[in-house]
Amino acid sequence: MTLLAVEGLNVTLATDAGPVAVVHDVGFTLDRRETLGIVGESGCGKTMTALALMGLLPEAARTAGRILFDGEDLLAADEARLCSLRGDRLAMIFQEPTTALNPVHTVGHQVAEVLMLHRDMAETAALAEARRLLDMVGLPRAAERLAAYPHQLSGGQRQRVMIAMALACKPDILVADEPTTALDVTVQAQILDLIGELVRELGMALVLITHDLGVVGQVTDRVAVMYAGRVVESGPTEAIFAKRAHPYTQGLFKARPSHAGQGRAAGTAARLATIPGLVPDPRSPPPGCAFAPRCPHAIEICRRPPPLVAIGESHDALCHRVGEWT
Amino acid sequence: MSAVIVRRLLAFLATLLATSIVVFVVLEVLPGDPAQVMLGVDAEPDAVARLREKLGLERPTTVRYFDWLLGFATGNLGESYTYSVPVLELIVERLAVTVPLALIAMLLTTIIALAAGVFAAAHHNRPGDWGVMLFAQLGIAMPNFWFGILLVLLFAVTLGWFNAGGFPGWEDDALASFQALLLPAVSLAIVQSAILARVTRSSVLDVLREDYVRTARAKGLSKRAALWRHGLRNALIPVVTVMGLQFAFLLSGTIIIENVFYLPGLGRLIFQSISQRDLVVVKDVVMLMVAKVVIINFVIDLLYVVIDPRLRTAR
Ligand SMILES: Nc1ncnc2c1ncn2[C@@H]1O[C@H](COP(=O)(O)OP(=O)(O)O)[C@@H](O)[C@H]1O
Ligand SMILES: [Mg+2]
Repeated sequence: MTLLAVEGLNVTLATDAGPVAVVHDVGFTLDRRETLGIVGESGCGKTMTALALMGLLPEAARTAGRILFDGEDLLAADEARLCSLRGDRLAMIFQEPTTALNPVHTVGHQVAEVLMLHRDMAETAALAEARRLLDMVGLPRAAERLAAYPHQLSGGQRQRVMIAMALACKPDILVADEPTTALDVTVQAQILDLIGELVRELGMALVLITHDLGVVGQVTDRVAVMYAGRVVESGPTEAIFAKRAHPYTQGLFKARPSHAGQGRAAGTAARLATIPGLVPDPRSPPPGCAFAPRCPHAIEICRRPPPLVAIGESHDALCHRVGEWT
Repeated sequence: MSAVIVRRLLAFLATLLATSIVVFVVLEVLPGDPAQVMLGVDAEPDAVARLREKLGLERPTTVRYFDWLLGFATGNLGESYTYSVPVLELIVERLAVTVPLALIAMLLTTIIALAAGVFAAAHHNRPGDWGVMLFAQLGIAMPNFWFGILLVLLFAVTLGWFNAGGFPGWEDDALASFQALLLPAVSLAIVQSAILARVTRSSVLDVLREDYVRTARAKGLSKRAALWRHGLRNALIPVVTVMGLQFAFLLSGTIIIENVFYLPGLGRLIFQSISQRDLVVVKDVVMLMVAKVVIINFVIDLLYVVIDPRLRTAR
């Protein structure tokens, strides 16, 4: 059954230079225990989409559309309701574990705080539970580490603490925004495996945001490819890996690390090819298909807004030329 | 942790020693015979010679330096030429006015500034913020003696709740002495808190943009709770720094406010001893003021360590 349904999500940021639309008409669904990957280059609106799910967009953001969580529209929910959901039923892990943890509080306290907030635990009980959680996420010497400060841990260990914090209340949905991007290549795979394992064990749904298609293939059931604030292709991971319908998805495939097929550990990021050009500035979007200026298959018609074309069972692409190139 | 404190303590003592040398040497190399300076150009040569004798100016410089230093350790600071009382007595008497005044003013400053600064940050770009910033702007722009005079006119002259000035002394009437410090403390606090409120506001705003405040919100803390539990302590470092500077300023005695309210504080002592060229008092008071700044900086350093655990590991 559908746990989360995002419908026609738009996010606009008020800036000094006027409103800037950074997320356009994004829609996807997530079932219980399902894992969804959101993939795209930097600046495509992935983080803004994730923050919209959490109700944590910057103050300057205006939204339209619906985010139905268990039938309840989060975009229409009041702040008190969102506070009771965040950390309890919706949790998020951020890209930078170094800045995401508070430098002046112990890691034990930071994990225990969630439990005290949502589970009405007393501090000692919450700290005991925090110790168990830190054990669970594989933080070595967890009992001692309760009293450690974030600066005393390595990057990977900090991200483990973030994971423990996010999973403390066994949320229904975990949103992980590029959880391994800031980490050493050697620990990236460990952290990713840990997230995959725990999500399965605890029966959570996962929204995994990444710019690396290789990561998605290992962990997720479904994929949404984002470009310039829009979902340009979405479908079951297998279907997309078998047949990428959008030229941007194709470009991301070609740009995968060279050994991606042979397991992530070898992914020392020697890129085969990169997509030429840059993600468009959301302040001056190109007319029609936003990818057209970089697309090797673009023709005259691509200057007009592209249609959503069904490729297969719940597999769609936003492109004029689906099937016209190989 | 304790290693860090020991090291700061050693640095503190070294700084104190270095400043004492600077203060001593500066007054030493000033041109002219100190005794002559103190007595004036028309003084009898006999009188000058007697004063030189009394001040021990014939002894070698290093002996006099260590003598002076020892004086600080033992509380024997010599005798004021103009007042004919021990300098220590003179200073202690003035500190009995200046220290309580500085403490009351600083307390008021801290309470007003933190409340106003955090409030403004929490209402960023909304009327509450604008209101606080407007008052802060006024507070900074207006000289504090002007507030002092306004307060005297309102509370002393019109309402008659306070005396317009003067200081009865703690032994004679502690309550009246306390009251005598209230209006001057408020005049000082208005300007100081306007400055500190601005610092607090911008520091809190900076911290609110930090990722860990967003993490706190992702845990389910309300905006207000995230600010108090995760923002404030991190925002304190710049606030404490400015508070240290302000407290040092207040402890130096505030000549203008002391004059507006006829308070016998340290500021007036300095003013008087300089205009009377009482070099003995000047040297000791200058050393005291420098020492006080060094001590406050030391305390601020320790506060940093209390606030931010990253500073606890010796590096
Ligand atoms: N505070 C902001 N003000 C203006 N533009 C922003 C702000 N934050 C992000 N953006 C813009 O929004 C777009 C989407 O950003 P983001 O969601 O962070 O992308 P991603 O996570 O995919 O890298 C980018 O073009 C970025 O420049
Ligand atoms: Mg991002």
